Amino acid sequence: MAVNLMAGQIEAGQKLEPLAYDVTATTVILGALASRDWRPMHHDRDFAINRNGTRDIFMNTPNLAAWFERYVTDWTGPRGRLGRMNFRMKDSIYPGEQMVFSGVVDKVETDDAGCTWASLSVDVSVGDRLCTSCAVRVAVPSDAADNPWQRKGDRWKP
Amino acid sequence: MSLPDEVQSWIGQVRYEEATEFPVERGYIHTTCSSVENGNPLFWDDAVAAELTGGPIAPPTMISVWFRPHHWAPGRTVQAQPLQVHFDLKETLGLPEAVMSDNEIIFYEPVRPGDRLVTRQILHSVSEPKTTKLGTGRFWVIEVEYLNQDQELVAKEMYTGFGYKRGA
Repeated sequence: MAVNLMAGQIEAGQKLEPLAYDVTATTVILGALASRDWRPMHHDRDFAINRNGTRDIFMNTPNLAAWFERYVTDWTGPRGRLGRMNFRMKDSIYPGEQMVFSGVVDKVETDDAGCTWASLSVDVSVGDRLCTSCAVRVAVPSDAADNPWQRKGDRWKP
Repeated sequence: MSLPDEVQSWIGQVRYEEATEFPVERGYIHTTCSSVENGNPLFWDDAVAAELTGGPIAPPTMISVWFRPHHWAPGRTVQAQPLQVHFDLKETLGLPEAVMSDNEIIFYEPVRPGDRLVTRQILHSVSEPKTTKLGTGRFWVIEVEYLNQDQELVAKEMYTGFGYKRGA
């Protein structure tokens, strides 16, 4: 069933359903190569350990961004349009770990162009270790006739 | 420790303005969606894309993907680096290791298959020397702007990097 989240269905304090995913070396390497990131610490364990001083290869930021996008748009459906994302990398995610995305709505507001924005705090953690937090501003339809993707210029203020 | 004059002179200047090596294409869009199991019909179903976005678009978070250079290209003797300013800073400041600690992306016009994007890198700031659990070095902020072939802004990105010497 297609999800189509509307402004009236969200409020501050609302929690998003968590998403758990078991990370393997394939997850890390596929993600790095999909984002055209050839740097060795995302595919070469020996380099990661001996040069970077990390315990294994680890997920790269551009692919984590794609994971955050997927997590947020799974919630909004295809009409949800990302405006802004701010990532704070605190710790790395390694093969063999289960990463868990969780999110909460901090604020819902409508700007002077009539665009409804949800501000979310989204985290990805491994156990009780917070790895990356992401502040997300996403536009959702104000009503059934609204489509954030049609906004341009002065009507799009991310 | 004061900042070398050379680095000081980069702040606020457009240091690299370059076109992506190939137009935006759907193969990478699907590979990326597949890597994170993103089933958003905007990227898989042309009818949905036609209705909502006037045709296919790329996931907004793929913006930096389009300007990472090929690992090898014929005739190239020095490997080009994404975020060249970041690597210039590492080299000029003598900081062999670096990590990215903070990244903000702001999305404007959607990116579409066939788009040819242009990027510009601007160094915003470099901190005084600092010591973290990784080592001693400096933090810096780099802005990257992305424009399409119609000179429309498609995204802006701000990176905070930390270049360091291990255990120093």
